[in-house]
Amino acid sequence: MARINLDHIRHAYGEKPKSEADYALKEVHHEWNDGGAYALLGPSGCGKTTLLNIISGLLQPSEGRILFDGKDVTYLSTQERNIAQVFQFPVIYDTMTVYDNLAFPLRNRGVAEPEVDRRVREILEMIDLAGWAKKTARGLTADQKQKISLGRGLVRSDVNAILFDEPLTVIDPHMKWVLRSQLKKLHRQFGFTMVYVTHDQTEALTFADKVVVMYDGQIVQIGTPAELFEKPSHTFVGYFIGSPGMNVLPAAIDGSAVRVGEETITLDYAPAVSAGAKTELGIRPEFITLSREGMPVSIGKVEDIGRQKIVRAEFVGKPIAIVVPEDGEIPADPHVTFDPAAINIYADSWRVGREG
Amino acid sequence: MNKTWNNKAWFMVLPVLLLVAFSAVIPLMTVVNYSVQDTFGNNAFFWAGTDWFAQVLASDRFWEALGRNLLFSAIILALEIPLGILIALNMPKKGLGVPVCLVLMALPLLIPWNVVGTIWQVFGRVDIGLLGRVLDGIGFDYNYVNDVFDAWVTLIVMDVWHWTSLVVLLCYAGLVSIPEAYYQAAKIDGASRWAVFRYIQLPKMKRVLLIAFLLRFMDSFMIYTEPFVVTGGGPGNSTTFLSIDLVKMAIGQFDLGPAAAMSIIYFLIILLLSWIFYTVMTSSDDQA
Ligand SMILES: Nc1ncnc2c1ncn2[C@@H]1O[C@H](COP(=O)(O)OP(=O)(O)OP(=O)(O)O)[C@@H](O)[C@H]1O
Ligand SMILES: [Mg+2]
Repeated sequence: MARINLDHIRHAYGEKPKSEADYALKEVHHEWNDGGAYALLGPSGCGKTTLLNIISGLLQPSEGRILFDGKDVTYLSTQERNIAQVFQFPVIYDTMTVYDNLAFPLRNRGVAEPEVDRRVREILEMIDLAGWAKKTARGLTADQKQKISLGRGLVRSDVNAILFDEPLTVIDPHMKWVLRSQLKKLHRQFGFTMVYVTHDQTEALTFADKVVVMYDGQIVQIGTPAELFEKPSHTFVGYFIGSPGMNVLPAAIDGSAVRVGEETITLDYAPAVSAGAKTELGIRPEFITLSREGMPVSIGKVEDIGRQKIVRAEFVGKPIAIVVPEDGEIPADPHVTFDPAAINIYADSWRVGREG
Repeated sequence: MNKTWNNKAWFMVLPVLLLVAFSAVIPLMTVVNYSVQDTFGNNAFFWAGTDWFAQVLASDRFWEALGRNLLFSAIILALEIPLGILIALNMPKKGLGVPVCLVLMALPLLIPWNVVGTIWQVFGRVDIGLLGRVLDGIGFDYNYVNDVFDAWVTLIVMDVWHWTSLVVLLCYAGLVSIPEAYYQAAKIDGASRWAVFRYIQLPKMKRVLLIAFLLRFMDSFMIYTEPFVVTGGGPGNSTTFLSIDLVKMAIGQFDLGPAAAMSIIYFLIILLLSWIFYTVMTSSDDQA
């Protein structure tokens, strides 16, 4: 229940960072709204865990400040920030019972026993381990351990924020879905600010109001799932979100004319690209139409994925993917057209808008 | 799976069998042999049955020495185990301090027993020893040769100095195997320093602590060289432990029968106590 400001945060694990490459977090400047549900999405090693540890106070950033509701908490301990965190590698106290594991964060804070009991039973119910309360945590299966670890993060109802670091990796798909809806319910009920790290884009897109995409120690885009899909602000977001990812083709920009190989596409605006920048055209496979007209392509492989077909083709010598409806035909002399509204132009990997 | 049967494989274990036979089984059987016979010299032996055992068990001398052993081991364990844990908890986990501390800790372990005894024997002397002189100088009436309490304190301090490192090193090995994530989770859960010790560090050290406990028990229960060198069992009989008494009996008085019987009883006590400790400590492990 706090608005969290990350004010020019940078972090390097080594003592004296010399170059940009020494920073695990390059520059994060951003505000997380009070009560927002955010998904943090990004490849391995991009700095997701580092960012969470900085928010929770387990790690002091090398540079920058963190503010909770406008108050500087950069040098406050985890305890004082009052944040719950669920770790990527589930931690359980294996000499305690399942019940005591869940009660631990409450008892450490001197919560009265009847209240502890009420909260713990609620959580046990939620993570479906009610029958296991009296068992010692040792010897539980990996998914049970992960559920306990998740439960310990949810048991306190007075926290400023809850940070989840890939909390459901070993849970089976059905239970994953159940738990995710429970999280959403808790979120509505208590209004915690939630940050949810995941590798899995479906998980991110279903959990969050806002998705934060990280790449190489930076936040490259924050937006609704629709924004990430339609206007990826970095080519990485284009690749990473959507399946298959966005097609990115080298392009030469001249006013509003975009030349890709021997083909020229005319936009209704002139992208503002500075001279010398590496320019590219991005188009999602969903916005390419395969027909008898347009620009010629040669078809490679066709993958049938149920309601759609993915056509792997070659266009101006580059591989592209095209999504075709299940009943859509693949002409013998194939050509493609790009939906002009769905074309994004990138200069040095960053999207350039229509303003000129 | 097809197993190949080949009795020649027994030859593979023959060297080990021979080694164990010569180093353990044969000496042990010799002792058993002496313990049930009597002799008047000239290599003439008579069957004595369990007489020697009865005699040893009926003697005050045996029970007094056993009492001293138990007291000594109890004090040693009560000091070295907590002290070892405490030092291990405070050792650095990374950086240059690690090798420095490890080497410092390993040093006392590298010194042979009789040298340790000699060092302390000289160190504690009131006429020329540094410790003895200093204690004397600041007004302590310290003298391990005449005073029972001083003799015990000297032996205990010497053992703590010599062997606490072993407990430290074992505990430290257990501690460094704890992943950082546990400490992070404990911070998030608001755990106190004590709770971190009780629920994270102690459970992880449990196995190595069991080993440390058994090793220190057996070793302190069999203590011989140090009191032999420092106090020679005195003043009076106050530091005459079973081992010292045994040697006096066997070599000093040449009472081979009773000495052999006592050896066997001594051996069985150590075996029994170790087994009890092991069972108790591992069964609490299962319940927890
Ligand atoms: N304790 C540490 N000491 C030194 N470098 C570290 C440490 N923790 C992480 N790093 C480095 O910082 C970078 C970011 O790591 P981080 O754990 O934040 O990534 P992540 O996005 O959480 O990855 P994953 O999806 O694999 O969990 C990586 O290059 C990693 O090697
Ligand atoms: Mg991570």
